[in-house]
Amino acid sequence: MSSADNGPGAEDLTRLDAAELARRVQAREVSSVEVTRAHLERIEAVERTGLNAFLHVAADAALAAAAAVDDEIAAGTVRGPLAGVPVAIKDNMITRDMPTTCASRILDGWRPPYDATVVRRLREAGLVPLGKTNLDEFAMGGSNENSAYGAVRNPWDPARVPGGSSGGSAAATAVGETPLALGSDTGGSIRQPGAFTGTVGVKPTYGTVSRYGLVAFSSSLDQIGPFGRTVLDAAMLHEVVGGHDPCDQTSIDAPLPPVVEAALAGARGDLAGVRVGVVNELSGEGFQTGVLSAFTDAVRVLTELGAEVVEVSCPSFTLGLPAYYLIAPSEASSNLARFDAMRYGLRVGDDGSRSTDEVMSATREAGFGAEVKRRIMIGTHALSAGSYDALYGKAQKVRTLVVRDFSAAFERCDVLVSPTVPTTAFPIGDRVDDPVSMYLADLCTIPANLAGIAGLSVPCGLAAEDGMPVGLQVMTPALADDRAYRVGAAYELARDTASGVPFASTVPDPAALQGAS
Amino acid sequence: MTTVEAAPYTVEEVCERFDPVMGLEVHVELNTATKMFCGCRNEFGAEPNTNICPVCLGLPGALPRVNARAVESAVTIGLALNCSVRERSGFARKNYFYPDMPKNFQISQYEDPIVFDGYLDVPLDDGSTWRVEIERAHMEEDTGKSLHMGGATGRIHGADYSLLDYNRAGVPLIEIVTRPIVGAGTRAPEVARAYVSALRDVVKGLGVSDVRMDQGSMRCDANVSLMPKGSSTFGTRTETKNVNSLRSVERAVRYEMGRQAGVLLSGGTVRQETRHFDEQSGTTSPGRAKETLADYRYFPEPDLVPIEPSAEWVEGLRKELPERPWERRARIQSDWGLSDEELRDLVNADALDLVAATVDAGASSESARSWWVSYLAQQANTQGVALTELAITPEQVARVIALVSEGTLTNKLARQVVDGVLAGEGSPDDVVAGRGLAVVSDDSALTAAVDEALAAQPAVAEKIRAGKTKAAGAIVGAVMKATRGQADAARVNELVLERVGASS
Ligand SMILES: [Zn+2]
Repeated sequence: MSSADNGPGAEDLTRLDAAELARRVQAREVSSVEVTRAHLERIEAVERTGLNAFLHVAADAALAAAAAVDDEIAAGTVRGPLAGVPVAIKDNMITRDMPTTCASRILDGWRPPYDATVVRRLREAGLVPLGKTNLDEFAMGGSNENSAYGAVRNPWDPARVPGGSSGGSAAATAVGETPLALGSDTGGSIRQPGAFTGTVGVKPTYGTVSRYGLVAFSSSLDQIGPFGRTVLDAAMLHEVVGGHDPCDQTSIDAPLPPVVEAALAGARGDLAGVRVGVVNELSGEGFQTGVLSAFTDAVRVLTELGAEVVEVSCPSFTLGLPAYYLIAPSEASSNLARFDAMRYGLRVGDDGSRSTDEVMSATREAGFGAEVKRRIMIGTHALSAGSYDALYGKAQKVRTLVVRDFSAAFERCDVLVSPTVPTTAFPIGDRVDDPVSMYLADLCTIPANLAGIAGLSVPCGLAAEDGMPVGLQVMTPALADDRAYRVGAAYELARDTASGVPFASTVPDPAALQGAS
Repeated sequence: MTTVEAAPYTVEEVCERFDPVMGLEVHVELNTATKMFCGCRNEFGAEPNTNICPVCLGLPGALPRVNARAVESAVTIGLALNCSVRERSGFARKNYFYPDMPKNFQISQYEDPIVFDGYLDVPLDDGSTWRVEIERAHMEEDTGKSLHMGGATGRIHGADYSLLDYNRAGVPLIEIVTRPIVGAGTRAPEVARAYVSALRDVVKGLGVSDVRMDQGSMRCDANVSLMPKGSSTFGTRTETKNVNSLRSVERAVRYEMGRQAGVLLSGGTVRQETRHFDEQSGTTSPGRAKETLADYRYFPEPDLVPIEPSAEWVEGLRKELPERPWERRARIQSDWGLSDEELRDLVNADALDLVAATVDAGASSESARSWWVSYLAQQANTQGVALTELAITPEQVARVIALVSEGTLTNKLARQVVDGVLAGEGSPDDVVAGRGLAVVSDDSALTAAVDEALAAQPAVAEKIRAGKTKAAGAIVGAVMKATRGQADAARVNELVLERVGASS
C-alpha cells in the first residue's frame, strides 16, 4: 500500500519537492508528522519491492523529531528553511542514535557515540532524519553492488544498478522515499548515481562541507553533498550542511557560496553572458550514443538560454583516472587500518588460541569485502618504500596537472560541462568481474575531486537506446558552486518547459509496478 | 633468559680497535593542558580510559585538529636548541599495526619537521663542553599504553590478556634527533648521558614538559654502531629502547659498545635491530626481528593542513627564551659565592631551583641552602619522597628563616615549625600560633625561671659568682628545660650572669 491511498483526493506528499513541503509545513497546511509518516509508508512500500535503498529506518525517532518541529512551529519558531522536511543519510556518516555500518560487516554491532557535523546541522535546522541509506562498502564502488547488505536497484529498471557509491541515497530520492538525501563523493559517488537515477546530485567545493563524522575513504578527495529531485532542493540542503567547521582542519574558513540564491536566479531562465566550456576529453569515443545525444541537446539548450559555449581542452584529465585509483586507495589503506577488531565492530577468531595479529587478520579477512581488500592492497603497495615515487608520488603530480588544466580552462569559461557518466546505468552483475570497466564510469567526475572544485549533475533526459536517465555535469572553480546551481536551475526549467512535465514525475513507481504484476 | 650476558670488552678495549658512533632520539612529552589533536586533558596518572574522545580513540569519522600550544612548545624547544624553524611544516602518517595505537597509524612529521639543524653545547663532567648537533625535532602523538597481564615477561608474548589504556593516546610528543655523534671515543657513554641530561635541563627550564624519565615523559632511544679505527664508514647500528634514566643511557651505550666489539672481533656481523635495555642486568637484548623490517609507508596527513609559523611569532618566542640552565647556574654560583662542589651538591640534590625560589622569597642564600640540603633533605629522605615533593613551599621556608632572623624562633623551634608545616598544620605562622612555639622573650618570666634555677643549684651559683662563668651553662640548660626550649639561650645566659652579679 502506498501513501497515494491515504484517502480519496489525498495528495501524495512523497511526490512534492522539499521546497514545497517546507513551505506547507511551516505554513501549517500540513504537519511534519504527516509528511514524515507519508515517507515512512512510502519507504515500507518501496523497500518491499526489493529496492534495498535503506539499511536502517528510524521510524519512531523520525516521528518524534517531526512532532518536535511541529510543536515549535505551532509556538512560532521555525528553525530553518527546511524545518520539518525528511532527509535520508548515507550510512557512512556518523549518527549517535542509529547504527553506522558503511555497508561493511566489519562495523557489525557498532553504535557510534557522536553525530557527524552534517548530521548535527540537519537536526539543528529541524530536518527529520528518516534513516541510513545503502552504499558501496566504505563508499568504494560505482554500482552499489559492493554493499555487504546487498545491491540497490535502480528505480528506472530494477535489473540495473543505481550507480554508486551513494546508490541508496540516489535511488531513495528518485523514487520518493525521501525528498532529500546526503551522499558523499570521492570520485563521482554523488554525481554518478545522480545521473543514473535521474536526480540532482552535487559535490561541493572540497572543504566547504565538514567531513567531521564522515567515515573516511580518501580524506583528500571525500566531500559530502546533497541529493534532491530539483536543483533548488539540492541547494537548500547544501546550505544547511555547508560552511566552516573548526572540527575539520581542511574546512575552508570562508562564507559558503550563495547557492540557494543562485538556484532561484537560474530559475529565471536567463544565462546571458555565462561562458560555458565543453571539455573535449570528456566526450566522444567510448561514450554511449544516447548519452552523447542527450548531452548535445543539453548544450544546445544552454546556448538557447543565452550562454556562450566554447570547446576547451584539458589533456591531463585522461590521466586523472589512473591517478585517482592510486591516491584514493593509498589514503584508504591507511584510513581503514583502524578496523582491527580491538575497540569496536566485528571480532573474529578471538577464542584464546590466537595472537592479536591473528585476530586482526581473521577479522579483516572476514569483515571486508573483495573491492575494499583490493583497494587496501593497491594502496598499501602504492605507498611502499619501493613504489612510492613511481606510484603515489607520480599520481600526486598528475593531480597538480589537473589543477592547472582547470585553472587554464576557467580563465576562458565560467563553468565547464560534460556528460556526468559515459554511459547510462548498466545491468546488475555486468561489470563485477571487470574492475577496470567499473572504474571507467568515474572518468568524467574524477577530475573535479582531484582538483577540489565543485560539480553538479542534473538530469538531461533519457538515452534513446535504453530509456535510462542521462546526467549533465556542470563544474565550477573552487568556491564558485553557485554558478553550477544557476546553470543547473536554468537548464532544469527549460527542460521541463520543453517536455511539459517535471522530469522527476516521470520516474517509474516500483511499488505501483509490483502492485500491477 | 636467565643468563646475564656480560659485555666482553670494556670501553677502553673497544676504542683501541673501533670508533663508536651514536645517534640519540629523545621523546619529550609536552605538558600542554590538552592533547595534540583533541581537547582531552593531558595528565599523568588519571583513571584508565577517562581522558578519551572520538578523536584520540581514532573512532571512524573523527578528525584531528592541531593544538596550537603544542606547536608553540615545539618551536620553543627548537629555538632553545639553536634550530631553524621551517616556514611550512606538514604532518605525515606513519603506518603500522599495534593495539595501543587507535588508528593504526601515528600522526607524525616526516620530510618537513617543524625545526631542524641545531646544536646543543653539552657540559661534561670535567668542565669541558661537547657540541651535539641536532638534525631535527618534530611533533607527533603518543600511543596508548598496553598492560600485558599474566605470563612471565610483561611482554605481549606469553601474556594471558592485555589491558589498553588510551589516556596517553594523542598526548603531544616532540622527538629530538641528533646527527651522528662521532669522535667521542671512550667518552661516548658519558657524552650520551651528558647530552640527555643537558637536554632535560633545557626543556625543564622552558617549562614545556615535566621531563620525568621515571614517568616516561622523557624517553631515550640510543643508536650505537662501531667503525674500525681510522674508517669513516659507519658500521651497522642497533637501536636500544627502554632507556629510562640518565644512568641507563650511559650504561646502555657502554654495554652496546662492548657487545658489538665482541661480535665483530669474533668474526661476526652486527645485526641491524631494535634492542631492549634491562635495568636490572644493565644489558641489552634483541627485540622482535619484525620491528626492524617495518616499512611505515609515510605519506602526507590529508586531514591536516601544513603549519606556517610567521617570522614575527617565531622572533617573539625567541625573545622570551629563558636563560640556559648552565648559564643560570654559573650566575647563581657567582652571586651566592659557591664553590664548584657546593654547586654540584645543590644540583645533585635537585635543590637548586628550590633554594633559588627561597632566595627569591627573601631569604639569604646561605640559610636557604642550609635548610634545603640538611634538615629538609633529611625529612625528604625519611618520608621517601623527592625534595621537590615535600609539602612545604620555598616561600614557607623563607618565612621560617625570617622568623628566626627576627628572633621569634630559635633554630630548634624553627625545625618544629617546619615539622608542623610538613604535617599539614598550615603556614609557618599557623604552626607558631597553633603549637605556641614563639620564643619566650618576656624578661620577667625568664628572670623568675633563672632565679628558681639558681636557688635549686646554690653550688653552681656560687661558682659563677666566683668568676667561673662557664658554669652558667648548667643554669641555662635548666632554664631551657623549664621553658621547653622556647627561650633564647643567649639571653638566658646574660640574665644568669646578671642575677648572680657576675657580669663584668
Ligand atoms: Zn581526545
